[in-house]
Amino acid sequence: MSAAYDEMYAADRKVREHYRGYESWLAAQSAQTMTNKRAEADLVFRRVGITFAVYGEAAGTERLIPFDVIPRIIPAAEWQQLEGGLKQRVRALNMFLNDVYHGQDIIRAGKVPADQVFKNSQYRPEMQGIDVPGGIYAHISGIDIVRAGAGEYYVLEDNLRVPSGVSYMLENRKMMMRLFPDLFARNRVAPVAHYPDVLLENLRSVAPQGVDDPLVVVLTPGMYNSAYFEHAFLAQQMGVELVEGQDLFVQDSAVYMRTTRGPQRVDVIYRRVDDDFLDPLVFRPDSTLGVPGLLSAYRAGKVTLANAIGTGIADDKSIYPFVPDMIEFYLGEKPLLANVPTYKCRNRDEMEVALAKVPELVIKEVHNAGGYGMLVGPAATKAEIEEFRAKILRDPANFIAQPTLALSTCPTYVEAGIAPRHIDLRPYVLSGSQISIVPGGLTRVALREGSLVVNSSQGGGTKDTWVLEG
Amino acid sequence: MLSRTADHLYWMARYIERAENTARMLDVNMSTSLLPQSAEQAALGWRAMLGISELQAAFDARHPLLTAADVLDFMVRDPNNPSSIQSCMQAARENARAVRGSLTTEVWETHNDTWLQLQQRLAEGLLQRDPQQLFEWVKYRSHLSRGVTIGTMLKDEAFFFIRLGTFLERADNAARIIDVKFHDSGEGQELLPAGRGNGIGHKQRDFYYWAAVLRSVSAFEVYRKAYRDVITPERVAELLILRGDMPRSLAACLNEVCDNLEKVRNSRSGEVERRAGLLRAELRYGRIEDILHQGLHGYLTGFLERINDLGGRVSQDFLVPLAAS
Repeated sequence: MSAAYDEMYAADRKVREHYRGYESWLAAQSAQTMTNKRAEADLVFRRVGITFAVYGEAAGTERLIPFDVIPRIIPAAEWQQLEGGLKQRVRALNMFLNDVYHGQDIIRAGKVPADQVFKNSQYRPEMQGIDVPGGIYAHISGIDIVRAGAGEYYVLEDNLRVPSGVSYMLENRKMMMRLFPDLFARNRVAPVAHYPDVLLENLRSVAPQGVDDPLVVVLTPGMYNSAYFEHAFLAQQMGVELVEGQDLFVQDSAVYMRTTRGPQRVDVIYRRVDDDFLDPLVFRPDSTLGVPGLLSAYRAGKVTLANAIGTGIADDKSIYPFVPDMIEFYLGEKPLLANVPTYKCRNRDEMEVALAKVPELVIKEVHNAGGYGMLVGPAATKAEIEEFRAKILRDPANFIAQPTLALSTCPTYVEAGIAPRHIDLRPYVLSGSQISIVPGGLTRVALREGSLVVNSSQGGGTKDTWVLEG
Repeated sequence: MLSRTADHLYWMARYIERAENTARMLDVNMSTSLLPQSAEQAALGWRAMLGISELQAAFDARHPLLTAADVLDFMVRDPNNPSSIQSCMQAARENARAVRGSLTTEVWETHNDTWLQLQQRLAEGLLQRDPQQLFEWVKYRSHLSRGVTIGTMLKDEAFFFIRLGTFLERADNAARIIDVKFHDSGEGQELLPAGRGNGIGHKQRDFYYWAAVLRSVSAFEVYRKAYRDVITPERVAELLILRGDMPRSLAACLNEVCDNLEKVRNSRSGEVERRAGLLRAELRYGRIEDILHQGLHGYLTGFLERINDLGGRVSQDFLVPLAAS
């Protein structure tokens, strides 16, 4: 693994052009000032209650996601490139979903193997033939992007089910503006605070046909969910109700919420509950988070779910290698953003190459997410490597393998001062009557030295993400 | 608005109000327990307070003896006592967290910050070191949460349910505070309508008791202003029960309850409105002489039952998720 690309410094510690303003400002701050500011940030996050629950710990345990005060900065030209690539990719992914659940042209054209789709647990036969407004399935997408090598951008993962983290994008910015107002006077940072507005507009634009003034709600699993803060935050910022499954019911194929003045019709549900839990009559019967009959209302076109049911078939890791082909197939364009080269272990020859190189590779279970069920070869013990080899041999189709990318690093506060730490980026792409992206995203940082795992559940932190205006 | 949301808002307000009134009650008991008196008398004061809060049995189950320190601990920080200040503030914060999207950022942060600060204060031993400073702080946090609510929230249903919770709880707690002093000052004797100035034996002790009651509901100066005369139990009772312009009186609470009920009216709330209105009218047109003639304790017991009934009806009519209809 070669030395990683550093976002701030080029060779010989020369500061990159777009970081010059920030770097000179930082050099002028006393260590004490920065220590105080970091303590203040911690205090405010606690008071504001920007916390997440950690699964596996006692119910109601709340933790802060560590926030690093050194921003990740993206120059205007790079962002433009990213933005174009993201829009293209999400457009193709939505077309793929529409195709999978209708004519299946791409399968008949032999671009994506049929069994990859139909034998995939993320494929929802219940969605076959259902028309959704505008043919949009993934209304909110979080696309994970990394930089490697000499700074090339790669898409690492598409998150099309219930991607989270956008509240941190917004709160991190708010925090930075509060801690360091002078920085924003000196740098032209593109604002992100209008995201909830764009989101609401986007959700309203996909209401069922014939609804003029749609009622939008956010559906949460409840206050013990790890992302509850975000659900409440987005509902509040959009000025819509935050509902739980028990607040909704279905009657005559329409969805209503229980209010103090009786039932009220609901048109669009921004749901942050997984497919499996949405409707106990169809999916998991033991789910208390869902709404009995919701699927029937959805199928009847009386309510819009955002994201749609069954989007997992497009962001599954076993489908990921086919996304560049989708872009060419549906749009007739070359992909603007590259995929990470991927070995599909289901193909015997690719598996054999992968097996031989496990110590150098990242192995991922295709249906897992959140940093769970993966092996980072170079950081793994011999025993772990053998364990994964055995796992792959037992069920090859369940795994993909990728080269271990030297993720780019960004200077970050650690115990011993400032040191480079690996980062990624998750911009949020909104699809409705049009596609829009707020300039920025969530930058996650792996705080442990050398670690490549940025997930908050695995000890990752976050940074404010600046897109500079041209 | 969502019934569940209304329910959380209503209880959020009730719990923070309860924490405040518990602090008030403890505060006044601390003050009166400092008066020259026998140890038995002092214990009687604490016992009366537990009794009126319906917590005597729960306390006895955990503490074989009654000491001031144990009562304070039980009423302030015992997590097993659902009415302890800590339990109330936690419940208020949990309810707020469940509906933080329906609150302004300031309201939520106030409740969250109150909760965080309380834990810190308790950990630092403020209860042992300076309990009255802690009570003062609790009162001010409650004032703050009310002020932030009024100052930042849209005057819509969410606001009305918060207010409804505040004043139903306050009516309940205020009645108990009045009653507790009756319990421990009278040694069982009823406060009977007496001729004006007809001094009850221990005149001076009485003065301190009634002054403490007034202080516990921030009404000492109000009393002086309203009556410009010496403190008599009859007038204290009148001020705290019937004076609609005294913000912590039962009459004032019922005015607010009725006003807010009217604003959230739905198709099933006619009966609760009627009952609240009847109680309001009785307070508005009632005479203290008649109440005292009937017996203050009996009167307050009846009042508490009616407040409890109103609370039950509010839950039934608005807060329990309405079935499809």
